[in-house]
Amino acid sequence: MALRATTPPRPTRTRRLLRPGGLLVALGALALCTLLSITIGSKPIPAIDVWKALAHYDGTYDHDVIRTLRVPRTIIGVFVGAALGLAGALMQALTRNPLAEPGILGINSGAAAAVVLTTFIIGTTGPQLVWPAFIGAALASIAVYALGSRGHAAATPVRLALAGTALAAVLQGLIHGVIVLNDFVFDHIRFWQVGSLVGRNLDIFWQVAPFLTLGIVISLCLGPSLNAIALGDQLAAGLGARISLVRAATALAIILLCGAATAAAGPIWFVGLVIPHIARLITGPDQRWLLPWSAVLGALLLTTADIAGRIVLPSSELEVGIITAFIGAPVFIALVRSRKMAQL
Amino acid sequence: MSHTLTSTRPTRGRPTPRGTVAVRTPGQRLSFLIRARTFLVCLVLVLVILLTLILSVSTGDYEIPLTAVPGALLGHGQHLDVFFVQDIRLPRALTAIGVGTALGIAGAVFQSLSRNALGSPDIIGFTSGSATGAVTAILLIGTGALGVSLGAITGGLLTATLVYLLAMKNGVHGYRLVLVGIGISAMLSSVRDYLMTRAELHDALGAQIWMIGSLNGRGWGEVTAVWIALALFAPVLLAQSSRLRHMELGDDTARGLGINTRLTQLVCLATASALTGAAIAAAGPIGFVALAAPQLARRLARTGGTTPVGAALMGATLLVLADLVAMRALAPTQLPVGVVTAVIGGSYLIWLLYTEWRRTRA
Repeated sequence: MALRATTPPRPTRTRRLLRPGGLLVALGALALCTLLSITIGSKPIPAIDVWKALAHYDGTYDHDVIRTLRVPRTIIGVFVGAALGLAGALMQALTRNPLAEPGILGINSGAAAAVVLTTFIIGTTGPQLVWPAFIGAALASIAVYALGSRGHAAATPVRLALAGTALAAVLQGLIHGVIVLNDFVFDHIRFWQVGSLVGRNLDIFWQVAPFLTLGIVISLCLGPSLNAIALGDQLAAGLGARISLVRAATALAIILLCGAATAAAGPIWFVGLVIPHIARLITGPDQRWLLPWSAVLGALLLTTADIAGRIVLPSSELEVGIITAFIGAPVFIALVRSRKMAQL
Repeated sequence: MSHTLTSTRPTRGRPTPRGTVAVRTPGQRLSFLIRARTFLVCLVLVLVILLTLILSVSTGDYEIPLTAVPGALLGHGQHLDVFFVQDIRLPRALTAIGVGTALGIAGAVFQSLSRNALGSPDIIGFTSGSATGAVTAILLIGTGALGVSLGAITGGLLTATLVYLLAMKNGVHGYRLVLVGIGISAMLSSVRDYLMTRAELHDALGAQIWMIGSLNGRGWGEVTAVWIALALFAPVLLAQSSRLRHMELGDDTARGLGINTRLTQLVCLATASALTGAAIAAAGPIGFVALAAPQLARRLARTGGTTPVGAALMGATLLVLADLVAMRALAPTQLPVGVVTAVIGGSYLIWLLYTEWRRTRA
């Protein structure tokens, strides 16, 4: 038993087939969604023109729409969704808490506080806020992690959750205080905090791309170590896992992924919370499969939600942060009811 | 720590644990243990509440000297003093205490039921539902305070019932309840986001302030409502507290100890939700009190689990102190109290965690 302990219990036959096969199907679905996302919109553009716009750009209005609006928001949507799904899976593995989402490390509140303060003090809005949001998210999560690992013991799950909640409350209070005193900031922040891909251009993507890539690479390497940690600290240490190192690397990956995603699209917390639960139903608790599945499903959910947001209302569009909850929550509740949840 | 305060004489040959005092009525009809440290903490909290109450009644843009306060409370003294104390400041402070107590107890119960330090009335979707109900009332119908309260209670009850029913399948498993609650809350929160981004700035700001939670302009109506709810529901929860403690050990163990877990769970959920509803109707969904009060009380009293009484007193202390700060910090601008509970409660929790964890060793 102890010899095999780093590998979770042998999966059932269906699950052995489902995990790689289903991942390919999901990737196929994601590719399809990406194409749909470029094609579908308030201005219908035939698929053949989409191809022309990408391959032989001729500067017409339709081609402009494709290249400057739809392609950037699709790329950002795929990456943000994947990053949020991954970050959520990492967070739940790190804290061993099913309620944990990346925001618990203080990322959303840190980013929001930075956006609010920047708007309040300097008065800037729009894409320039990517950097303040990312820096705010990073600072807040570093503070939470430092508080959680205070003393001689490592940062335990409960500690991180408590420290994160406490800091998030302080920052939230600060944000609310500023909002109450200043209408202009409130008017800006109420749109920012919905989470949206509208008007995101490729500049934003290039600003956050390095962080996202690094975060994805780190997290996909962490699977085996996180499997060991899931056994509990002592057993994991006995098996040779370096607990503090793995925890710090996991936290770093979460900060990179979720910080960058939040900076690019605003706080879309539901993806990080729900996607890992859905992925776990398919893969079981094995992190080596759970992590890639969470990334693909996260990207799929966000892209689908973004497309749906464009077509659900005849005249305007709904923000992706609103739609994710409406697509994700019923699926999630149905799954919760349909079988025994895979516990952490 | 607790053993330094030992003062027990084992009565009739039965020893009590160290640091506790056994209280027994004649004939031992009723007997229970009081931990000395818990008792002291509760006593200090009560004193702080009373002190803050007096301070909030006497300070403000219109100062009332402390010596005039007792007279004004009884209706003697200058006309303006009596007006400010009896009609404005006292009801507001009493609302704060009542709401804080209700939120503290509800928080303790939800944390016991979910066996999760992050548990709060949010998990059954009550807070989220009532916020959505109230925001709908404010933005779509534009009703006054009563309409908003009704919207909040209706929304909260509907949501809580929906979550409970959706989570039910061979009984309500705590884990499933939490997850269904998350799902429904997320949908409701996106409904709120939608309403907020489509509304006029002025209306949206009003709704936002309601959602932060505020005690501005609360009068005797709110006081009566909250305290009646407390008188009705708090005793039920206190009576269930020992069963709740057993249920923290897990459903199977609790059933083995002879507890009807399904009934206890339903009673506690319903009663704690009703308390939360009363608190929200009076003051809006003030954040963080329900979550922090049980944790703070537990750490001050150094008890193993959550204690409803400690959590109740802690909640009241937190809210009445926070409201004093909210009134005075940026005077004449009145902050919504939710801003202050979050900042004060959060900072205090950070400090407690900081000092607690500094002492830990590997």
